[in-house]
Amino acid sequence: MHPAPSIILFTVLSGLGFGLLFWLGLGFPPVTGFSAFAFFTIAYLLAIGGLISSTFHLGNPQRALKAFTQWQTSWLSREAWLSVFALTFMGLYAIGAVFFATRIAPLGWIGSALALATVYATSMIYGQLKTVPRWNHPTTPALFLLLSVSGGALLAGQVTYAIGLLALSGVLQAVVWYLGDQRFAERGTTMETATGLGNIGQVTAFEPPHTGTNYLLKEMVHVVGRKHSRKLRIISLALMVVLPVLLLLLPFSHALAAVAVLSHLAGVLASRWLFFAEAEHVVGLYYGIR
Amino acid sequence: MTQLPTHTEKKLGLVIDLDTCVGCHACVVSCKGWNTENYGAPLSDQDPYGADPTGTFLNRVHSYEVQPDQGVAQLIHFPKSCLHCDDAPCVTVCPTGASYKRVEDGIVLVNESDCIGCGLCAWACPYGAREMDADQGVMKKCTLCVDRIYNENLPEEDRQPACVRTCPSNARHFGDLADSESDVSKLVAERGGIDLMPEQGTKPVNKYLPPRPKDTWDQIDILAPLLDPVAEEPKGFLGWLDKTLEKL
Amino acid sequence: MLQKQPVLETSPHVSNEVRQTTCYMCACRCGINVHLKDGKVAYIEGNRDHPVNRGVLCAKGSAGIMQVNAPSRLRAPLKRVGPRGSGEFEEITWDEALGIATDWLAPIREAAPEKLAFFTGRDQSQSFTSFWAQGFGTPNYAAHGGFCSVNMAAAGIYTMGGAFWEFGQPDWERTKLFMLFGVAEDHDSNPIKMGLGRLKERGAKVIGVNPIRTGYNAIADEWLGITPGTDGLLILALIHELLKAGKIDLDYLAHRTNAPVLLDDDGLFQRDGEGRPLVRDRTTGETVPFDAQKIIPDLRGADTVFTKLIERYLDPQYAPDAVAKRCGIPAQKIKLIAAELARVAFDEAIEIDQPWTDFRGHSYDKMIGRPVSFHSMRGISAHANGFQTCRALHVLQIILGSVEVPGGFRFKPPYPKPATAHPKPHCRVTPGQPLDGPHLGFVHGPEDLCLNDDGTPARIDKAFTWENPMSAHGLMHMVISNAHAGDPYQIDTLFLYMANMSWNSSMNSAGVMDMLTDTDENGDYVIPHIIYSDAYSSEMVAYADLILPDTTYLERHDCISLLDRPICEADAVADAIRWPVIEPDRNVRGFQSVLVDLGARLKLPGFVNEDGSAKYKDYADYMTHHIRRPGIGPLAGWREGGDSRGDANPNQIDRYIENGGFWMEHIPDEALYYKPWNKAYQDWAVAKGFYDSVQPYIFQLYVEPMRKFQRAADGHGTRQPPDHLRDQIRQKMDPLPIWYDVNEEDQQGSDEFSIHALTQRPMAMYHSWGTQNAWLRQIHGRNPMYIPTKLWEANGFNTGDWARVTSPHGSITVPVAHMAALNDHTIWTWNAIGKRKGAWALDKDAPEATQGFLLNHIIHELLPPKGDGLRWSNSDPITGQAAWFDLKVKIEKVDAPAEAQPEFPPQKSPVGQGPDKLTWKVGK
Ligand SMILES: Nc1nc2c(c(=O)[nH]1)N[C@H]1C(S)=C(S)[C@@H](COP(=O)(O)OP(=O)(O)OC[C@H]3O[C@@H](n4cnc5c(=O)[nH]c(N)nc54)[C@H](O)[C@@H]3O)O[C@H]1N2
Ligand SMILES: Nc1nc2c(c(=O)[nH]1)N[C@H]1C(S)=C(S)[C@@H](COP(=O)(O)OP(=O)(O)OC[C@H]3O[C@@H](n4cnc5c(=O)[nH]c(N)nc54)[C@H](O)[C@@H]3O)O[C@H]1N2
Ligand code: SF4
Ligand code: SF4
Ligand code: SF4
Ligand code: SF4
Ligand code: SF4
Ligand SMILES: [Mo]
Repeated sequence: MHPAPSIILFTVLSGLGFGLLFWLGLGFPPVTGFSAFAFFTIAYLLAIGGLISSTFHLGNPQRALKAFTQWQTSWLSREAWLSVFALTFMGLYAIGAVFFATRIAPLGWIGSALALATVYATSMIYGQLKTVPRWNHPTTPALFLLLSVSGGALLAGQVTYAIGLLALSGVLQAVVWYLGDQRFAERGTTMETATGLGNIGQVTAFEPPHTGTNYLLKEMVHVVGRKHSRKLRIISLALMVVLPVLLLLLPFSHALAAVAVLSHLAGVLASRWLFFAEAEHVVGLYYGIR
Repeated sequence: MTQLPTHTEKKLGLVIDLDTCVGCHACVVSCKGWNTENYGAPLSDQDPYGADPTGTFLNRVHSYEVQPDQGVAQLIHFPKSCLHCDDAPCVTVCPTGASYKRVEDGIVLVNESDCIGCGLCAWACPYGAREMDADQGVMKKCTLCVDRIYNENLPEEDRQPACVRTCPSNARHFGDLADSESDVSKLVAERGGIDLMPEQGTKPVNKYLPPRPKDTWDQIDILAPLLDPVAEEPKGFLGWLDKTLEKL
Repeated sequence: MLQKQPVLETSPHVSNEVRQTTCYMCACRCGINVHLKDGKVAYIEGNRDHPVNRGVLCAKGSAGIMQVNAPSRLRAPLKRVGPRGSGEFEEITWDEALGIATDWLAPIREAAPEKLAFFTGRDQSQSFTSFWAQGFGTPNYAAHGGFCSVNMAAAGIYTMGGAFWEFGQPDWERTKLFMLFGVAEDHDSNPIKMGLGRLKERGAKVIGVNPIRTGYNAIADEWLGITPGTDGLLILALIHELLKAGKIDLDYLAHRTNAPVLLDDDGLFQRDGEGRPLVRDRTTGETVPFDAQKIIPDLRGADTVFTKLIERYLDPQYAPDAVAKRCGIPAQKIKLIAAELARVAFDEAIEIDQPWTDFRGHSYDKMIGRPVSFHSMRGISAHANGFQTCRALHVLQIILGSVEVPGGFRFKPPYPKPATAHPKPHCRVTPGQPLDGPHLGFVHGPEDLCLNDDGTPARIDKAFTWENPMSAHGLMHMVISNAHAGDPYQIDTLFLYMANMSWNSSMNSAGVMDMLTDTDENGDYVIPHIIYSDAYSSEMVAYADLILPDTTYLERHDCISLLDRPICEADAVADAIRWPVIEPDRNVRGFQSVLVDLGARLKLPGFVNEDGSAKYKDYADYMTHHIRRPGIGPLAGWREGGDSRGDANPNQIDRYIENGGFWMEHIPDEALYYKPWNKAYQDWAVAKGFYDSVQPYIFQLYVEPMRKFQRAADGHGTRQPPDHLRDQIRQKMDPLPIWYDVNEEDQQGSDEFSIHALTQRPMAMYHSWGTQNAWLRQIHGRNPMYIPTKLWEANGFNTGDWARVTSPHGSITVPVAHMAALNDHTIWTWNAIGKRKGAWALDKDAPEATQGFLLNHIIHELLPPKGDGLRWSNSDPITGQAAWFDLKVKIEKVDAPAEAQPEFPPQKSPVGQGPDKLTWKVGK
C-alpha cells in the first residue's frame, strides 16, 4: 500500500494521543490543575491533530461528517463515533480535573475504555481488510493497542509500565513482522486464483492494461526492496523500543524522557511507514506485482 | 445503506468469455466514453498530453501468459470491471453510505454526493474495480450502466451496458444471473463459468468463461486414413487421377 | 437496518440529436451514431444497421471524441518560415495558400507534369485523387498500397480476381475451420472480430499461423508459431500432402480453374484465333475454348496446367519432413493440419438448396460448400517472397474447392473481377495535357511496363519496371529516396496527403529526414517544394513548405465509393459517405474540396467547365455530380432513375444521410456464391455497373503473364530486362507459386543477424494518429521490444532491462520485455508508438518520445549494397511490396540510456501543447 504521510501521521499521532488519554483517564498520573491542563492539551493536540491529518487523505473532506452514518458496518464510521465519545468523556473528565481539581473516576474509566476502543477501531480499518493479508489478523489491533498504550505510558511518565509495555510491543512487533511476511502466501490468493487460469498452467502477467500508471497502482501497489525493509525494521525497533527503554533505565531526567518520547515517536512512524509500505494488496496480482 | 441487502431480486451482471476476448480494448474505451458523459462526475484525465498521463477508467483489459506443463505458452486477454459481488466488502467498509448495493438488481453503486473520497472501498475490493477520480475526489466504479439498461430514451435493444453493446467479438454478455433460465446463466452452466478469487469470499456476480483447451492437436494421433497417399510421385498420381475421373 | 437507496435517474437524456456517419479512426469504415448535445459531440457508438460493424465499435472508434477535440488539430494553412524540419511556420490565409500551390504547380504542368509527385496515404478517395492526378498529367501518382499490402492484393487479383484484404471475407456464418496467416488486426478490424466471435459461438476451430501469439492468435485453438518468411513453404507442404492423399476437389479444379488449360512448349496457353485459352473436353476429347458451352474440361494430359502442378508439388522438397525445421513447425503438426483441412472440406461438406447455372450452361440444383476458410494479411505479404506466398495460399484454397462456395472464402462486390478486367498502368506524359489513362493497374506482359522508349523508368517510384514488374499499387516507399537521388529523374514538387513520411510510414526514417532537408550546391533543397495535407500536427508537417490543413472526419464530406474501396459485404453491395456532423471551429478545409479548388485554378480537365469556370463548388458537389462512365458516379445509391446506374441526383447526399450514411443492396440468392462463374451474379454485376458486359472467368493457378516476363528474361521479345535483372526475373516470376528464402539472399541473414524483428498493429491505436488521443495513449504510451524465452535467458535479461538492436543498417536502443508465446527466433514491438518530440501537441517528455521507439530506423528502403553499385530496393521483386518483415537483427543487453536511441531534437509545435487536465463532459 502507498504509505501516505497523512495516514501515517493520523494513526501514529492519534494512537499516541488516545494512549495518553487512556492513562490519564485511569489516573496515571493523577494530575489536576495546571499540570492536568498541560497533559490533556498534549493528548488532545495529538488525538485531534491525528484526526485532522486523516482528512487530508479525503477527496471531499467537506463532507466528512457523513462518515458518522455507517457505524453499523464501517470501522471508519465507528472510529469517528468512538473518537468523539472518547474525546467527550475525557473532555468532561478533564474539565473536572483542570478546573475543579476533581477527578470523576468513573468518567475517566469510561473515557479510557473509549480511547482504547477508538484505537481498536482505527486498527480495524486495516485489520478487517481481507485484501491485505498482512493486516488481516488479530495481531494488527493488538500491536496498534500495545503501541498506543506504551506510547501513552511514555508520555504519561509511567516509567515502569512504559518499560514493560515497550518491551512487550517490541516482541509483538517482531512477531508481527515474522508472521506478516508469510501471510500473503498462506492465504492462498495467487495469480492463478485471481485469473482462474491456474488449471492451464503457470500464470504470468504479459502486458498491463495501460502503459501509464493509475489510481490502483499508486494507492495499492507499492514495492519495498527486501534489503531496504530489513534496514528500516532494525532502525524502527531501535528507535521505538530499544533506545527509549535504555533511556528510561537511566536515572530519570526530563531531557532524557523527552528524547525517549521523540525516539519512540520516530520509531513508531518508521514502523507505521513499513506497516503500509510492506502491506501487499491482492490487486497487485492482477498487475503481476507482488 | 452500507449494509448489504440480504437478498436482491435480480443479480444483474456480466459474463466474460476468455475464449473469445481478443483484447481489443473496445469495451474499455466505450465505457470511458459513456461514463465520462453520463453517471456522475466525468472520468477525468490528468496530464493527458504530458509525460505521465493517467485517468479514471472503470474497465481495464489485462493480458496474461500461461505456460502449461507441456506444449506452447498461451496468451489470455482479461477484461476486468466491478463484479457486483453479493458479499461486497467495498460496501460494508464505506463510512458514509455512499457505496451501496441495490436491492432490486444487485448493482453496486457509489452515490457520489455522499462520497468523502476516503478510498477505503477501493482498498476493500480485491479486484481493483474502483478508482478514485483525481479531479473530483470521488470514488468511481462500474455502474453496470444503470443509466442505460433501464433508459427509456434508448431503444429497447440498446438497453445494455455500453461495453457489451460495443464488444466486436461478442465476448461480453449481460443478464440476470439469479435467473437460471437466462442466457447468461445458461452460458455459465454450459461453459463452466468461474468466480475470480473465490477465497476472498466476495461471491462475485460476474462470471468468467474459461478458455477452451488449446493446442490439443499436438496430442492426437494423425488422422491416418485421411492422408493415406494415393501416390508418391506424379506418375502414380496421374494414374489415380485417371481412375478417379472415370468414376466421376 | 437498510437506509433508503438514493433515487436514481435511470433514463437520462442521452443526446439532443444523433447524426449517423462513417468512422475514420481507421480505414475499416464502420457506421457510427454521433450523439450531440447542443451541437457538441457527447458520445459515439456503432450504428446497428450498418453492414460493416452492425453496431459494434472498436476502441479507436469510441475514442473519436478525443480525436475531434485533440489539441494537435491544425488550425490554419501554414507557410514554412524556419528551415525544413524545424516546425517553424506562419499561419496564412487560404487564398495565399492556394495561390502558392498554384504558382508552383501551374508551370510544372505546362512544362513537365512528371515533376509533380502526388502520393497519398490511406485516404479513402483514391478514385478522386487519381482522377485529379490524371488530369494534371503526371505519371507519378499512387497511394500507400505499395508499402502496405500490394502482395496480398495483386496475388489475389492475378489468381482469383479478388483478394482478401477488405475485398473478400470468410463465410463467417458457415465456415467450420478457419486458418489465419499473419494477421494482427487488418483493415477489416471489426468484421474479423465479429467473425471470430461467430465462430467461437459455434465452437468452430481457428488455426493461427503467426510467430507471435497475441490478439486473434491468442484465441486460436491451434497456434503455429512459424518462423517469419517461411509461410510459403508451409503452405506448399500442405498442398503436397493434400495432393498426395488425393484430397482435392477435382470437379472444382476442372470447372472453375485453369488447371485443365493446355500449355504450349513455351509455357504459354494454347489459344484459339480469338485468343481464348484452350482446354480438352472430356466428353468429346476435342480441344475447345475454355468457355465453350456444356464442356467438361479434362484435367488429364501431359500438357495441362494440372499436370505441371502435380509434378511441381509432389516433389519431395515440399514434404512436411523437408520443410519442418525451416518453418519451425513439427512435420507431424503440418500433416495434422492437412488432414484436418481435408476432413472438414470433404467430410463436412455443406449443401445449400439453391439452383444455379454456370457460364458454360451447366445447371446445378445445389450449391456445394467446403467449409474451410482462410484469411491472411501483411504477415505473409510484407516479405520479399510475399507475392508468391500469397499465391501459394490461394492455390491451397482453390485445390480444396473453397473459394466462392458456401463455408469458404467469398468476395465482396464489385469483386470478383479478373486482372484482365482491370485497367493497365498508364504513363504517357504530354505537357499541359492529362495522362493517357489511369496510373495504376495490372500488367499482362512486358509490353505493359511503364518504361520510356529508352527503357528507363517512366515513374519516379520505378513501378512497373523490370525491378518489380507487377507493382500494381506503385512504390510509395521509394518516392522520397528516388526523388532525392534524382533516380530516375529529379522532381520539383512533392505533394503528399495523409502520410507521415518523415516518421512511421517510411523505412529508414532518419535517412528520410535527411533527404527531405538535404540541399544542393546552391543551398537549395534537393526536393524543391513540398506540399502536405494533414489534419494534425504530425512529424511530417515539419518537413513541408506549405501545409493545407484538413478537417477531422466528423467535419467533412467523404465518399467511400464503389470506384475504389467500398464497404460491401459478401451478401450485399454498399457504399457510404461522411458528412459534416459538426462544423469546424478552425480555419481548415476538407482536402478533397481543396483539390477541387486547385483543379479549377489549374484548369484541369474534369474540374472546369468549357468556359473555364469551376465545375464543382466543393467535394460534396463532385460526389453528387461527377459522372465517371455513363450512369456511373462516385455514389451508387439513389441515382436518378434507379440505384447504382443513373443520372446524378441533386438530393443524393440527403438520401444517404436519411439512411444513416450508407446505401446497400442485397445480392439475389441465386447469385450469392460461385460469383465468377455464376450467370445470375454476372448479370446482376452488369446491371449494377461493376462492369459493362458479363465476364465469367476461371481462376489462374498458373499465371501466364508471369511466364511472359520469364520468356523476356530468356531473350524473347522486343522488351527485355537489363542483364543484371534477367536471373531475378527468371527465378522469381514463376507462373506457379514457389518459395525462396529472402533472408539468405537479400537481407544478409548471416549468422550475425540471425533474429527476425517484427512489428504488429495494436488494436487500440491507429499508426501515429492514436497518440494524440488522450484516452488511447494511456493504453499504449510506450512500446517494449518483446523477447522470446530462449533469447531472454541467453542474454540474461531482467525486467526493466534495455537492449541494443542492430541490423545491417543501424541500431536502436530500447526497453525489453519477456514473452513466452513467441517464436524462438523472433522479437517484436508495437508499430508506430514512438513519437518525435514536439509532434502531436504532446509534452516533449512524453513517454512516446522518451521510451517509445520505431523499428523503422533499422529497416532500410534499400537492401544492403551488393557491391555492384546498384540500388536494390528492399521490396518484393515481383510487386515492389515493401519487405518490412524481412528485417534481421542481433541484440545485446546494454545499460539503460536516459532515452530510447536514436534521439532526435524536438520540432516546434505549430499548435502549442495540450491542456494538463481533461474533464470532458459536454452535457450539464
Ligand atoms: N515498422 C513498420 N512501419 C510501418 C509498417 C509496419 O508494419 N512496420 N506498416 C506500414 C503500413 S502498411 C502503412 S499503411 C504505413 C502507415 O503510415 P501512415 O500512412 O503514415 O500512417 P499514419 O501514421 O496514420 O499517418 C497518416 C497521417 O495522416 C494524418 N491524418 C489523419 N487523419 C487525417 C485526415 O483526416 N486528413 C488528413 N489530411 N490527414 C490525416 C495523420 O495525422 C498522419 O500524419 O506505415 C507503414 N510503416
Ligand atoms: N488498430 C489498427 N488497425 C489497423 C492499423 C493500425 O495501425 N491500427 N493499420 C491498418 C493498416 S495500414 C494495415 S496495412 C493493416 C495491417 O494489418 P495486419 O496485416 O494485421 O498487419 P500487422 O499488424 O503488421 O500484422 C502483421 C502480422 O503478421 C505477423 N507476421 C510477420 N511476419 C510473419 C510471417 O512471416 N508469417 C506469418 N504467418 N506471420 C507473420 C506479425 O506477427 C503480425 O501479427 O491494419 C490496418 N488496421
Ligand atoms: S468487485 Fe470490488 S467494487 Fe465491485 S462489488 Fe466486488 S468488491 Fe465491490
Ligand atoms: S471513497 Fe466514498 S464510496 Fe468509498 S468508502 Fe469512502 S466514502 Fe465510501
Ligand atoms: S457495464 Fe458500463 S460501467 Fe460497467 S464496465 Fe461496462 S460500460 Fe463500464
Ligand atoms: S471489447 Fe470484447 S474482445 Fe475487446 S477487449 Fe473488451 S471483451 Fe475483449
Ligand atoms: S474499426 Fe474502429 S476505428 Fe476503424 S472504422 Fe471501425 S470503429 Fe472506426
Ligand atoms: Mo497499411
